[in-house]
Amino acid sequence: MAKKFEKGKMVPVPSHSIIPERDLDKSPILECSHLGIDFGGLRAVDDFNLTIGRTEIAGLIGPNGAGKTTVFNLLTKVYQPTRGTILLDGLDTAGKTTAQINRMGIARTFQNIRLFSNLSVEDNVKIGLHNQEKYSALTGVLRLPKYWRQEKAAHERAIELLGIFGMQDLAGHKAGSLPYGAQRRLEIVRALATNPSLLLLDEPAAGMNPSETAELMENIVKIRDTFQIAVLLIEHDMKLVMGICEGICVLNFGQVIAKGTAEEIQANPTVIEAYLGKRKGG
Amino acid sequence: MEFLSYLITGISLGSIYAIIALGYTMVYGIAKMLNFAHGDVIMVGSYVVFYATNFARTSLLTRLFGEAPPALASGLATLVCVILAMVVCGVLGIIIEALAYKPLRQAGSLAVLITAIGVSYFLQNAAQLLFGANPVNFTPVVSDQLTLFDGQLRISYVALLTIVACVVIMVALTVFTSQSKMGKAMRACSEDRGAAQLMGINVNSTISMTFAIGSALAAIAGVLLCSYSPVLQPTTGSMPGIKAFTAAVFGGIGSIPGAFLGGILLGIIEALAQAYISTQLSNTILFAVLIIVLLVKPSGLLGKYVPEKV
Amino acid sequence: MKSYFKNMKRATKVDYATYAGVILAFVVVMACKSLGLLNRQMTGMLVPICAYICMALSLNLTVGILGELSLGHAGFMSVGAFSGIIVSMSLSQTVPNELVRLVLALVVGTLIAAVVGLIVGVPVLRLRGDYLAIVTLAFGEIIKDIINCLLVGWDERGLHFAFNFDGNQNIQSLGLSENGIEIIKGAQGASGNDRIATFTVGFVLVMITLIVVLNLVRSRTGRAVMAIRDNRIAAESVGINVTKYKLIAFVTSAALAGAAGALFGLNYASVNAAQFDFNTSILVLVYVVLGGLGNMWGSIIATVVLYVLPEALREYADLRMLLYAIILILVMLATHNPRLRDLAGRIIPRRRGAEADG
Repeated sequence: MAKKFEKGKMVPVPSHSIIPERDLDKSPILECSHLGIDFGGLRAVDDFNLTIGRTEIAGLIGPNGAGKTTVFNLLTKVYQPTRGTILLDGLDTAGKTTAQINRMGIARTFQNIRLFSNLSVEDNVKIGLHNQEKYSALTGVLRLPKYWRQEKAAHERAIELLGIFGMQDLAGHKAGSLPYGAQRRLEIVRALATNPSLLLLDEPAAGMNPSETAELMENIVKIRDTFQIAVLLIEHDMKLVMGICEGICVLNFGQVIAKGTAEEIQANPTVIEAYLGKRKGG
Repeated sequence: MEFLSYLITGISLGSIYAIIALGYTMVYGIAKMLNFAHGDVIMVGSYVVFYATNFARTSLLTRLFGEAPPALASGLATLVCVILAMVVCGVLGIIIEALAYKPLRQAGSLAVLITAIGVSYFLQNAAQLLFGANPVNFTPVVSDQLTLFDGQLRISYVALLTIVACVVIMVALTVFTSQSKMGKAMRACSEDRGAAQLMGINVNSTISMTFAIGSALAAIAGVLLCSYSPVLQPTTGSMPGIKAFTAAVFGGIGSIPGAFLGGILLGIIEALAQAYISTQLSNTILFAVLIIVLLVKPSGLLGKYVPEKV
Repeated sequence: MKSYFKNMKRATKVDYATYAGVILAFVVVMACKSLGLLNRQMTGMLVPICAYICMALSLNLTVGILGELSLGHAGFMSVGAFSGIIVSMSLSQTVPNELVRLVLALVVGTLIAAVVGLIVGVPVLRLRGDYLAIVTLAFGEIIKDIINCLLVGWDERGLHFAFNFDGNQNIQSLGLSENGIEIIKGAQGASGNDRIATFTVGFVLVMITLIVVLNLVRSRTGRAVMAIRDNRIAAESVGINVTKYKLIAFVTSAALAGAAGALFGLNYASVNAAQFDFNTSILVLVYVVLGGLGNMWGSIIATVVLYVLPEALREYADLRMLLYAIILILVMLATHNPRLRDLAGRIIPRRRGAEADG
């Protein structure tokens, strides 16, 4: 595992790979190797390696404070990693900003919802479409024909995307006034609007009831199938993780303690120990 | 020698800024608001001292001691007048907070800022009605100067008094906030108002107390300021107020040592720029230094940088 | 046509209503003027009101839409005013037509203010919150001081500039020829200017400013700017270049303030830099906050009311500024105190729509 990957090179899939078989003949979308970050003296994440296939749904789990969100922040360059490399679709992401990472193909949602709460639902999605609309500030001010054309297209696309979760009718509402579950779904729609190849979901089912969670699970799979993208999600709801994740990575104290399929993870004694603690005298 | 005298001027001017900035920074720390009316409280304090000392000189002292009252008596009278001004300003601070700022505690910071501007207009115009728009000549609380090195270096006693006052206030405030119960309550409120309330701290009275202390300090600053440049008018407080606010930000707003350091540095920069570079551009130089410092240290010299949590 | 209006978004309707209101106000004022209903004092206020409306609209772009507090907006007004005066005075012989000269002055004032906005914006926008506010204040004061040192004159050989940094120079140091015109005389400012600004041009400028601001807000650019205001981290996460859009909003705001300044400056025979100090920035900020952040028609109404108010209170002479201060505080308390607002809401039932402002 200590083998260094070179830029742009096909990564040899480790023997215990969790990439689903259908993705094996294609290069992986994401390859992290030896990723790490220190906060002061604390190694928040250390030697994090992860490979995600083109259309894989992968899960990142671990106890509270294990460093899961930090991994998301590293992948999206909210934090610059202290060590290691991240290859997105074979391209090195070193030195990129958060906004550039998004343009390269990673979109995310946030654990504590971050919507543009004073703007309408439709505008939130249109902001996601920002980089697919191409007209200048001047064109916008002068309202040249290009403005009208692109705004019409953006409107249609936004409504279409909202349709994934049946939220078309909420388009005119203020995002901040939506119920909690709808806000979480809107965040996913906004992320999808940026046309990503990898979608990062940070606790998408938090605060949802079991039936909402079940619906969300279906929708995540549906999104993967329709957009043909990879999904990496952080979640505490094990039913969701075990239900839809094809590969699972378990993090504790900033380090990967296990990787594998749902069955493998459930049977792994290290994982059980991390979650439940060591059995006395055992 | 020349340099030394400019430096001392700078430090004493900076001490005045520092005392005003302490008021700004304490209020900011606890109420998270820029109290733009703070500069005008200085002016009110100066007027109180002006009228009180005039009254003391013309009526009390001459009646008691005749034309030449003993130095001790007039010194004592001045001290009483300053304390009176501190009390008046302290009460004024509490009233302003209760009437104008308390109702807006849940509102956005911009609404409070505009209200503070309204209070500032109010104080200036009320002073204009009460005391007239024409400047009055303020008699410095102490006169004379110290001559050193055969007259090569002259230091006014006002400058010395200012520096001493500033250091005493700074030490007293540091002890107060770190040792006393009220001081600890203040720090708790500035850290997390909600949590402080849950711990049984009376947030309202703590905030009132902070305004009272800050405003009382403004009274002292007013006396020193007007002894330094003895022209008093309703707008006297604005520019020193703005500069002291700059000083507070320069040092890191919310930090008491920061306000002290920021004030002193600003005073030195201003005095040296006036002496060696350009009188016209002394403010420009001062503000340019502020901009450069903030670009290098975005939260001021001693301010804590709190990155946004994702 | 009817269904077109029905299908329009609420924001679009508000925009059109704002345009219609401004045009209506202009027509009414012009009608009153031609009927002789306005006295001299009132007609004298028309151009400054237009200039302050543009100032308020442009500042609302920074404070309301971009969400950054600027305390130095008068600095850009000052830059626009003095560049406009320089253009107008130096072209007074070559371009005798006043309207053409006014338009040229407005354009140059806008462009130079935009350049200054860019120079100020690059460092300022790296800061946040109160630190950003204090640095805009600092830049406002710096601009004022620099213009206070500025000496400008014009003669057949062209424009002459000098900076009176040491305090020993005056307008004679420029060495103008006999036919030369002294344009800016340091701290004395500019005097003896042609008063070429007109209310009609002021109205057109208000309309242009309004169109630029509203169209910008309703475009991809404006959405990006508002996204940054509402949540910077989320805006970055959807691929928005935060620095670029902050700068676009800030520079546009500065440019529009420059145009307003040029209009304002060319309305007076004498203008000096001290007129555009911190207090002017605050004055405009008060218009914006009272009118409502991000609310353009609110800015227009607040500007008109607050500009006219001190004049209307003139009969109370000494008390008027005191009354102004009290009214300001009371309005802020009434509009921002939750309990008072609830009370007001019960008396004046408002449409409690969940619709957004964007």
